[in-house]
Amino acid sequence: MIRFVVSRVLQSLVALAILSVVVFVLARATGDPLQLILPMSATPEEYAEARHYLGLDRPYVEQYLSFVGRAVTGDFGNSLRARRPVIELIRERLPNSLRLAAFAMGISLSIAFPLGILAAVKKGTGLDRTAQVIAVLGQSLPTFWVAIVLVEVVAGRLQWLPAGGNQGFTSYVLPGFTLGWFVVAGMMRLLRSGMLEVLDSEYVKLARVKGVVEHRVVWMHALKNALIPVVTFAGIYFSILVTTAIVVETVFAWPGLGRLAYEGISSRDFPVIQAVVLTTAAIVAVVNLSVDCLYAVIDPRIRHAR
Amino acid sequence: MPAEPLADRALPLPDVAARPDPAARGRRLPVVSLGIITIFVLVAILAPLLSPGDPGEQSLRNRFKPPVWMEGGSSRHLLGTDRLGRDMLSRIVWGSRVSLTAGVVTVLLASAFGAAVGLVAGYHGGTVDAVLMRVTDATMSFPVILLALILAVTVGPSFTNVVVAIAVILWARYARVIRGQVLTLMGLDFIAQARIAGAGAWRIITRHLFPNTLNTLVVLVTLQIGYVIIVEASLSFLGAGIPPPTPAWGSMISEGREFVTSAWWVSGLPGLAILLVVLAFNLLGDWLRDTLDPKLRQL
Amino acid sequence: MSVPVIEVHDLRTHLVTRWGTIKAVDGVSFSVAEGETLGLVGESGSGKSMTCLSLVRLTPRPASHIVGGSVRLDGDELTTKTEAEMQRIRGRKIAMILQDPMSSLNPVFSVGMQVREPLAMYHGLRGATLTERAAALLASVRIPSPAARLRAFPYQLSGGMRQRVVGAMAIAAPPRLLIADEPTTSLDLTIQAQYLGLLEELQDRHRLAMIFITHNLGIVSRICDRVAVMYAGRIVEAGPVRRIFTAPAHPYTQALLESIPRLGARTERLTAIEGQPPDLARLPGGCSFAPRCPQVMDRCRTEAPPEFEAGPGQVSRCWLRAPAGG
Repeated sequence: MIRFVVSRVLQSLVALAILSVVVFVLARATGDPLQLILPMSATPEEYAEARHYLGLDRPYVEQYLSFVGRAVTGDFGNSLRARRPVIELIRERLPNSLRLAAFAMGISLSIAFPLGILAAVKKGTGLDRTAQVIAVLGQSLPTFWVAIVLVEVVAGRLQWLPAGGNQGFTSYVLPGFTLGWFVVAGMMRLLRSGMLEVLDSEYVKLARVKGVVEHRVVWMHALKNALIPVVTFAGIYFSILVTTAIVVETVFAWPGLGRLAYEGISSRDFPVIQAVVLTTAAIVAVVNLSVDCLYAVIDPRIRHAR
Repeated sequence: MPAEPLADRALPLPDVAARPDPAARGRRLPVVSLGIITIFVLVAILAPLLSPGDPGEQSLRNRFKPPVWMEGGSSRHLLGTDRLGRDMLSRIVWGSRVSLTAGVVTVLLASAFGAAVGLVAGYHGGTVDAVLMRVTDATMSFPVILLALILAVTVGPSFTNVVVAIAVILWARYARVIRGQVLTLMGLDFIAQARIAGAGAWRIITRHLFPNTLNTLVVLVTLQIGYVIIVEASLSFLGAGIPPPTPAWGSMISEGREFVTSAWWVSGLPGLAILLVVLAFNLLGDWLRDTLDPKLRQL
Repeated sequence: MSVPVIEVHDLRTHLVTRWGTIKAVDGVSFSVAEGETLGLVGESGSGKSMTCLSLVRLTPRPASHIVGGSVRLDGDELTTKTEAEMQRIRGRKIAMILQDPMSSLNPVFSVGMQVREPLAMYHGLRGATLTERAAALLASVRIPSPAARLRAFPYQLSGGMRQRVVGAMAIAAPPRLLIADEPTTSLDLTIQAQYLGLLEELQDRHRLAMIFITHNLGIVSRICDRVAVMYAGRIVEAGPVRRIFTAPAHPYTQALLESIPRLGARTERLTAIEGQPPDLARLPGGCSFAPRCPQVMDRCRTEAPPEFEAGPGQVSRCWLRAPAGG
């Protein structure tokens, strides 16, 4: 088991390393930030001076190495626009994004799980059909559309819930719901099809033959097997949540990482762009790692293989 | 009476195939989905002919005209007009070009490249596989929308940028899935047989492996088109997609943002269009998956 | 004749499909006594498994249900029991061993958990006592190092061992009736004989009534006391094993026996049974074997024969056995 974890961690690190190079190149590709920072009337000398001051005139390889070196310690340099350490900006914004993502994931799973399992158990009934309709709609509706409708209608017209902001729990509801909507859809279908397959298996049949009570058959014998693909996808969905957050955060004016990225890109703020992408990737990597470990816990066959 | 020991043989009788599967659903063609897709494809292709007017023609006098079935609507603007007086129907018709082309082209590019990578990685195994998979993993963890935004800011928003930005990350998904399939196939006897017969890597990959992954590819491609259409629309919504004046459903929704409760059709109709197209592709993809390769249920 | 443990009378189970209603079990009657083994023989689709699943009311839902007949376990009628009552019968009074041990053991739970579960359910054991009994149970089916095995997972065991685990779970109560649905079909030939020996031993020890489903006549001759041959949902012949093999009283049974090649006999052509297996959704009127019967008479096509006596303890559903003048 330890070997498994270690090898997965190493793989993640390699992936992150590759990513850092890509990010470095891309950030530089957004153009020259000085054009946005310095006034239009700046002279070439002033440009050169600013460039030197910001370290942008050193060879690329050197820039990359110093970037990586400091990134590992959490020092992403200063935001070119805000003149503050990027790490501070991230510290301010990241928790908001994480909380939103966690909230979205939480409500999605708590809706998807019972619905998906029950849809399978009561296959063919009205509940099942409704669940399937919800699922397919959820994966076909564009997030931003749902977002603006909710903002205008529920928050604007009806004033039932706030559209973001700081009002505690209720602020999370609309953006969280928008973000998590399609996760509900995907998870529910996954659980439903997984459970259907498992409920048809020989070992479930044997459990019933043994006289095990039906709800234990469903919620213990069957579910644990159906969870395997669900866990895998939970990881993928979480990553999608993190990346889709940009849209939701924009619509709901949520002060999170997504917004930060958007602002950084618009102002060609390399350090911010680099830092945001790396942070996102690191989060995704950590989540994938956890998912793999969880996977190994659930399915003993994985533990002993590899 | 002879007490012969009977040979230990199973009864040599053919299997009774007469017990049909009571749980089999009707495998009817998803007519509605195919119909919707066909309509939209035709609309996209024939846009210049079908569009009643110029999608860019502004008329400040005719702003916010409601659709024909509502009070104040007129048959000149069947679906009403937006805040600059432009005809909604024309814009939606032209917008379909953007969305569908973006969807199809991106997915085709990504799947071609991704399948190639997956085939090669799965076939060779070992170091080649390990390296390719690390690259794939790194790619998959890069946020699509972020990349598109960066490109939009760097090179300027354009159709090509959107396609490239999405395809450059989407291929990784195909690579992973196809590689998995290839790994399973490699364990089967017919590959070993081909090798013994002297077939080289290229031949095995193209003649033996690829055709067996076609089912999976078709299903994935269909399911992904809907996803790409939504991503493109999100990008247009954020302003990083197809630039004006080309009408794109996403940017149309963005323009109508503040009028959702008053002139709902400005945002509502393009949104409905997206919903219909994506829904159709998703349903078609589901049906294809159930018919061609049920093991893909997890996708 | 000992008192029967299970008595089945005119059991009928129907399966509703979009191709029509299948009479999977169409008037089946038999009984099995303590210590006795009844073999259920027939081709796939003949209704052997459905009959046994009907006994414990675990036929595939919602498409199938028992439409008639009676099943009595030690005199207690099962067809009218509630689901909750049936749950208390399954495993405790009637146990089943399924065909493929790889798929009948849950892959994500340890062997120990799966063996402890019935012990906890049936005997209310907990803690250390439970674990000891579980190990003892594994030992009783001749599994070496039982205590260590409890921690293992199914994929770590060989086919024969897994099937022994399944056998252990089956006798945990111990039950009154053990139904074995082709338990050796998935095992290597060398292991099959060992497993059969184990089953016989368990039967002796616990005085079990046993129903053994198989399509392998060799196994039948070794382990069964009586045989019932099924075709298209009905028992077409039943009787003591020796009589069935030496004096089969139904053309189907005769055809089955003839189609087995025998060592040492003159080379003859293997006789296959003519025709196609029956379409269970569209059974012809009359005897269901008539379309393929080499000795068919006109009467067979129109009237379904009842059971006739064909010898001591032997019955046959065939007009050929009708007493003269009947």
